[in-house]
Amino acid sequence: MITVEMIKHPEKVYFFGTCLIDMCYPQAGLAGIELLQRHGVEVVFPQGQSCCGQPSHNSGFPAETKAVARQQLKSFSKDYPIVVPSGSCGGMLKHHYPALFADEPEAAEAQRFADRVYELTEFLVRVLQIKLEDRGEPIKVTWHSSCHATREMGIIEDSKSLLRQLQNVELIELQNEQECCGFGGTFSIKQPAISAAMVKDKTADIQQTGAARVLSGDCGCLLNIGGALEYQQQAIPTQHIAEFILERVNG
Amino acid sequence: MTSNARESVLTRLRSAVQQGGFVIPDAPEMPVLEWTPAERIDRLKGLLENMHATVYVASHTEWVERLKEFLKTHSLGNVLYAPETPLGQTLASVWEDDLPQLIGYDQTVEECKEQLFAMDAGITSTWGGIAETGALILWPSVQEPRLMSLVPTVHIAVLEADHIHNTFSEALSAGQWQDNMPTNVLLISGPSKTADIELTLTFGVHGPKELVVFILDQ
Amino acid sequence: MANPASVNFERDVSKALNDAQLRSNLKKAMSSLSLKRKAIFPDKTNFEQLRSIGNSIRRRALSKLPELLEQLEQKCTANGIQVHWAETTADANQLFLDIIKSHDAKLAIKGKSMVSEEMHLNHALEENGVEVLETDLGEYIIQLDHETPSHIIVPAIHKNKDQIARLFHDKIPDTPYTEVVEELNAIARTTLRQKFFAGEIGISGVNFAVAETGTLCLVENEGNGRMCTTAPDVHIAVMGLEKVVEHLKDVPPLLRLLTGSATGQLITTYFNMITSPRKAGEKDGPKEVHLVILDNGRSKMLADPELRETLQCIRCGACLNHCPVYTRLGGHAYGYVYPGPIGSILTPQMEGLDRAGAMATASSLCGACEEVCPVKIPFTKILRILRNESYTAGDSPHSVKGNGYKKNLAESVVWKGWATMNTSPALNQMSTKMLGMIGAYLPKLGPLKNWTSVRTMPKFAGKSLHAIAKERGLSND
Repeated sequence: MITVEMIKHPEKVYFFGTCLIDMCYPQAGLAGIELLQRHGVEVVFPQGQSCCGQPSHNSGFPAETKAVARQQLKSFSKDYPIVVPSGSCGGMLKHHYPALFADEPEAAEAQRFADRVYELTEFLVRVLQIKLEDRGEPIKVTWHSSCHATREMGIIEDSKSLLRQLQNVELIELQNEQECCGFGGTFSIKQPAISAAMVKDKTADIQQTGAARVLSGDCGCLLNIGGALEYQQQAIPTQHIAEFILERVNG
Repeated sequence: MTSNARESVLTRLRSAVQQGGFVIPDAPEMPVLEWTPAERIDRLKGLLENMHATVYVASHTEWVERLKEFLKTHSLGNVLYAPETPLGQTLASVWEDDLPQLIGYDQTVEECKEQLFAMDAGITSTWGGIAETGALILWPSVQEPRLMSLVPTVHIAVLEADHIHNTFSEALSAGQWQDNMPTNVLLISGPSKTADIELTLTFGVHGPKELVVFILDQ
Repeated sequence: MANPASVNFERDVSKALNDAQLRSNLKKAMSSLSLKRKAIFPDKTNFEQLRSIGNSIRRRALSKLPELLEQLEQKCTANGIQVHWAETTADANQLFLDIIKSHDAKLAIKGKSMVSEEMHLNHALEENGVEVLETDLGEYIIQLDHETPSHIIVPAIHKNKDQIARLFHDKIPDTPYTEVVEELNAIARTTLRQKFFAGEIGISGVNFAVAETGTLCLVENEGNGRMCTTAPDVHIAVMGLEKVVEHLKDVPPLLRLLTGSATGQLITTYFNMITSPRKAGEKDGPKEVHLVILDNGRSKMLADPELRETLQCIRCGACLNHCPVYTRLGGHAYGYVYPGPIGSILTPQMEGLDRAGAMATASSLCGACEEVCPVKIPFTKILRILRNESYTAGDSPHSVKGNGYKKNLAESVVWKGWATMNTSPALNQMSTKMLGMIGAYLPKLGPLKNWTSVRTMPKFAGKSLHAIAKERGLSND
């Protein structure tokens, strides 16, 4: 587990929406924002934000990555915590920015930025210490752990602890919960055959749980897994954990 | 070619090292593991048995009888031994006619290779044992050559209980190995084994098919 | 390594993925190996402590590599071991040939060694009339089938027992067909026993070479390694130059990490420490021991402050066993001797990105390899550097062999455009809006074709989160 020095309940937080949520899953981002607001936190959404830069970073384009990363440093310049509804983008902001700018004038700024980054469920559990009341009907769900939420952010237990707070939700674990779904950003289009084999195994694992829904904290994984399930005409919807939790507490 | 290769490789390596940027994090010390003498025997015995070795714990006075029983119940035709070691001398003095033929390894391998490769069993002493990982330490010598624990079908090893160390690290420092490494040192933790076919663990591939250990305790 | 003309990554990947037998053999084996590893390192804190030690030992050795190699050479020479240096694999093969020829030998028996695979040693010796027999059971199996190892620890893991039964029956004279693993082992034992008896030259790799004492350490379970290093008159050991460690006391933690990570064992059956040839009065052991130290690109890796971490590797294979890509492909599809995550960072540096660059793209950067690596190699960081090097040449900071092989691809232009889009809020919001409007009608070409081969099209939202946040009156700063 990566230990983060926890702050006290802040009045204001920044919300980093992620590009994928912006394009394909705005309702997941909105759910994250609402969960924060319900717990008395003012959410600031800088309109200048775009992408964390991970796609180009992982593809081998550091100059382009730095340019995009600078845009985020600029957009989140105040001292508020930065909450990210993605372990993968969170990992990029928190663990890769300091290395990316290590030899640049922005080194100190990037480190201060990184120190303020929290994945959404991590923030809900460890900072806000939220307690959930489940108002939904009984449901069986399964959970996919994104690689970077697991290995870079180390926050999977936080995400799952929120699900365990929900009385009517039965969490059925995958056999290979922490195995990559095959998304990997541009990996899925640069190595389509390998990625396809990986997501097929992931969807088979999901199917064997008998769960009615698949949850994850990362929209990249959801895009991949959801697209594959739909392609296979399997009626198992995918959903971001923030949206699911909001749905449960609203009843 | 070789001397040039040596110089060019070393020159490149020296220049690489001069580039600097080596970060060597302070490593924690190896965790200290300690067991009582009785626990060390139990642990070693248990781990060796897990690896399909047969282990007898016996006193200095009774172990030879246990060995004889073992030999009589296993159809072994001959046993290779080291005549000049204290162990070898003990064996020679107590050997009986109804036991497998005791054959001394007293020639060079060139003079007896065929015979060696046909031996049913070989009996050796040991330098010590390792409780943590379950292994015998063999330190072959002029008197007790290397092939004795390798070529015969059964390897019988005799270990003094008070030579069992907690860990490999402890054995290295206790014996000051860095100052007197012999031609060959071996750690042995069981009979020869392989899992190369479908990861199915099977024993007795190229080395001994059986390992029999006598731990001599008070 | 492999003949570049014969390496076609895309084709070989597709072949591997469509081989149901291979997929099932691998899946079974890899999950078993990872469970065994997990069981041997049950406590995460202890494992982290142990691998910090391993990492520190390896980094320290690399930081002093030239002096440690000279010390190793000096100690070995004093002990009677003859040391040879090779810049390239061809040089190393020639050294072997010279030694073997000087003894007029015809039969070499060989223990498992990845560096000898890197050299294609068997091929070089056989071309010159020397019979080389692989004696590790897995290596023996694949040698019979004229294959290369598909895994660095369990070389024949891609085959199941039925396939091996058929192979033994077809290739070993007078061998009945049997699928019983114990019987297959017994067949190999009997066949190879005669060779151990007759072998004139023994060949082995080296797991750790100890500079302090001039000791060559070998890790194995079968006893074939001991046979090859004890029974013949001449033993030739070969090592990549990174295999040296400073002190004897560095060995126990590395050994524990190696056997635990590789096969989930506390220790292997044999740990064989060789410090000299047969001394006066000794009755057995080789009369001559040679050590060949190979560079083949390693000194170049050492010069790069980031890429040098590749050399920390102790060849345990744990990264293969835990890699979602390797566990689906097996080793052969990678096309080169070292597959999986370690192969993907090592091979492009040895062979050149222009030849083996595709390996660096064969990772989702999931980080499973880093999680298990016993010496903490930063695989994903190195993969990113290699990807970057694929597009840059000339002014590249790392100057990896064969770099810039993709520098003329349109991809670089796409990323420039992407960066512009993501650094201008106005452009960014306009393009997101555009996607929302036309996304569903995009032609399924290029990347989208690849995506939609097993997935439906992404559904672009009508309204972006930016727009919603603005509507809801969320503060901008």
